Amino acid sequence: MAAQSRGQWGAAGAGLAVLILLLAFLVIPVAKVVYVAFVDVNTGGFTLLNFVDFFRTSLFRESFVNSLYVAGMSVVFASIISMPLAYFTTRFNFAGAALIQTLGVIPLIMPPFVGAVAMQMLFGANGSVNLLLDEWFGFTIPFMEGLNGVILVESIHYFPFILINLSASLNNIDRAMEESAQNLGAHGFRLFRRIVFPLAMPGFAAGAALVFLKVFDDLGTPLLLNVNNMLAPQAYLRISSIGITDPMGYVISVILVAFSLLSLWTSYLATRGRDYASVQKGGGGLMRRDLRPWEKVGAWALILFILALVLSPHFGLLLLSFGTIWSFSVLPDGFTLAHYREVFSTALPYITNTLLYAGLAALFDVIVATAIAYVVWRTDLPGRKVLDYLGTAAVAVPGVVLGIGYLRTFHDLNVPIVGKPLASWWVIIVIALMIRRLPYALRACTAALQQVSVSLEEAAQNLGAGRFDTVRRIVVPLMAGGIAAGFVTSFATAAVELSATIMLVSAESDAPLSYGIYVYMQTAAGRGPGAALGVLAVIIVGIATWMSHRFVERTRATAEADRKLAAAAGA
Amino acid sequence: MNDRSQRILIENLHLSFGDTHVLKGIDLEIAPGEFFAFLGPSGSGKSTLLRAIAGFGPLPEGRILIGDEDVTRQPPWARNVGMVFQSYALWPHMTVWKNVAFGLEERRVPKAEITPRVERALDMVGLLELADRRPSQLSGGQQQRVALARTIVVEPRVLLLDEPLSNLDANLRIQMRRELRSLQRKLGITTIFVTHDQEEANTTSDRMAVLDQGVIQQVGTPMELYDNPTNLFVAGFLGSANRLPGRIVTEGAGRVFRAENDIVIPVAADEPEGEATAIFRPQNVHLKAQGEKTDESTICLPGRIAHSEFLGSLIRYGVDLAGTEILVDEPHQAGQPVLPEGADVTACLSADQVRILRE
Repeated sequence: MAAQSRGQWGAAGAGLAVLILLLAFLVIPVAKVVYVAFVDVNTGGFTLLNFVDFFRTSLFRESFVNSLYVAGMSVVFASIISMPLAYFTTRFNFAGAALIQTLGVIPLIMPPFVGAVAMQMLFGANGSVNLLLDEWFGFTIPFMEGLNGVILVESIHYFPFILINLSASLNNIDRAMEESAQNLGAHGFRLFRRIVFPLAMPGFAAGAALVFLKVFDDLGTPLLLNVNNMLAPQAYLRISSIGITDPMGYVISVILVAFSLLSLWTSYLATRGRDYASVQKGGGGLMRRDLRPWEKVGAWALILFILALVLSPHFGLLLLSFGTIWSFSVLPDGFTLAHYREVFSTALPYITNTLLYAGLAALFDVIVATAIAYVVWRTDLPGRKVLDYLGTAAVAVPGVVLGIGYLRTFHDLNVPIVGKPLASWWVIIVIALMIRRLPYALRACTAALQQVSVSLEEAAQNLGAGRFDTVRRIVVPLMAGGIAAGFVTSFATAAVELSATIMLVSAESDAPLSYGIYVYMQTAAGRGPGAALGVLAVIIVGIATWMSHRFVERTRATAEADRKLAAAAGA
Repeated sequence: MNDRSQRILIENLHLSFGDTHVLKGIDLEIAPGEFFAFLGPSGSGKSTLLRAIAGFGPLPEGRILIGDEDVTRQPPWARNVGMVFQSYALWPHMTVWKNVAFGLEERRVPKAEITPRVERALDMVGLLELADRRPSQLSGGQQQRVALARTIVVEPRVLLLDEPLSNLDANLRIQMRRELRSLQRKLGITTIFVTHDQEEANTTSDRMAVLDQGVIQQVGTPMELYDNPTNLFVAGFLGSANRLPGRIVTEGAGRVFRAENDIVIPVAADEPEGEATAIFRPQNVHLKAQGEKTDESTICLPGRIAHSEFLGSLIRYGVDLAGTEILVDEPHQAGQPVLPEGADVTACLSADQVRILRE
């Protein structure tokens, strides 16, 4: 290790800069929010009175219970959707498997709030489905009634988190685990219950915790569905209507953070020391078999039903964006391009702002993430792990909380030259997006760096390259694929962020797409242009996601081609 | 326990993965209580054959009988055949005790009986104190023992071991193979051991089958196979062998083997004429000083040292005999010098150490 500690001044400088950045824009704002929640407004002393007030107010009690209920039920529904899909892909030789895998990108390319209003048009009390049900069978189902709507929209958007984690852990089970149980006499459901399910449990728990956290913290979906008796909307409404001195917004923020941490902690407990990924040579996942013809029909029917459900917000959004008037009818009365025309003539700044903000945020994300990954994994600077923890910790900070923290911390911090407070300058939106999406970039860059063998760097140093040259000429080029993937993921998710953005937009001219969609969707007349804007957002994010997929694929394809070439040369 | 119910009979077994024909007509009988090894290189089909006996893999053609029962179409859980997996396949979410008790629970053995049986099995492999640990808290050798205990506790009809020692380091491997051998003796259970390591097969098994390309090449005791291989593959797989291609020809009253470079080795008079390969082991050749006396069944040829390797217990020389290089192993004694490259030597070989193979 002695050799490692030489020549670390550059890395130490970078690490320190990142630390200051994270302290200023993550730790201090969040600490400020927590601090305010525990301070008496009048005396300035420590108090629990704000929390007592919170639980004495029936609206807040109700919001608290509703948020827990919605998050919990979303996990249940997301699990119901995910389990059969995971089972089909890991258990059978099934042509639909590729289709199921692509479902995994849905929450990335379209956040729930974008399609929420469209879902109302399809499944609401006077929506297409209920109109048809009423006409044919004489009854309706309250899919979108109050909390139901939030649960439905959230679960069909976030189920892929469970699907992906569950499929991955099922795929990682060594076949010998199953075979040895059969060899000892177990089969059928008992085999599943005693061996397969417990081994897949950590993956399921991790996915479920993520869904719970996402739903519990989500602001946009309840706002757009006009469900205000939940925690995140209450926090937003208190701050935006009463002002940043009202302690209730801060109390709610503390509760949001506490539950985010709790669900992450649960996920950590479920997965700790249970890295069951144990595929050995000759292993390769569970035994698969071919489906019998009638099973195939059933499987396809189920998958197409789920697919229709999952794609309904997209479909609804498309209809809404091309429709003229859509009210009390199964489909819009007519179709028009007027909404797109309106968007392109008046709403273009939303799009350019989004490209600028998300682009800058993602750029800073990968720079900061590469620096953190390098400092953590390639130096022995004291306290380097702190950077990793802080960079990841942003996952547990809901957008509302970060937004409130920025407003409170930076409202009186004037930026020279610009001449206004940092909290109302557009750059603060970029910073918020950067902090919120840093965990994505950090994960991608860390994975990329870990693939680069230390000996490659040592060889460069042995040939006279200094630390900086080694990073510039060896490490970064070898990480390029991972960095690009990190950039695109951060960009795509930042482009449709709403919860922090909505708190920080101070002038319409500074607002990005997500805010524009929110504003349009507020009025019945704005739904068409709002949906058109939503479709554009989906297209932008879709292209970005596809590109990220391409980066990963190309790296793998190149490696594969190289291996073939080498094998041919060897033979 | 050495009754007929523990015999394994395999008749004309064929097995394919899709278009790949992996087992091509296996016929084999394994006696009750026998410790039997499947030896072969990777891809020879040895693991596939073992897994077919346990009921894993595609349905084969042909028959597998355990005792007199045809198990070919039985599912794995109905066979009562114990298998120890190469990766051990210990369930990480269960303790050692739970792992071992699993098979008994699946057989609906009464609770009161499970406890003493699990205890006995763990005691037999010396791991009773570690019963509450999880598999991840055990060393490789301990995991191996748990896998063994988990299998023998259900008292299977036969015990199948799939490369059980390949994940252990060299010293432990030697210790574990002795333990396996003595445990098998104690239990008297018919055992099949799959390995690609000929030393493992030699040291543990009563008899073994050498497999290559899905075909059994030869069956016999380890010593029979080493001394009397029936083909070049077996000869080469069971240790280093010198091969001299040539012909059997009639010369004077008897027959001789005449190699391509005119080395002549006398053979039995009933050896038929034609193309053949002479096989002999490096340690059966001795380097002698010139003029040293030899008896008449010994063939001595002049040669020259081409290269040498010091292997610790012996020195392996490459000796050039009139254009053909053979390997010669000389035991090493402390202080004994290595013959230099280019040195003239006489290589002597007793004719009864030579095997004539035809392919």
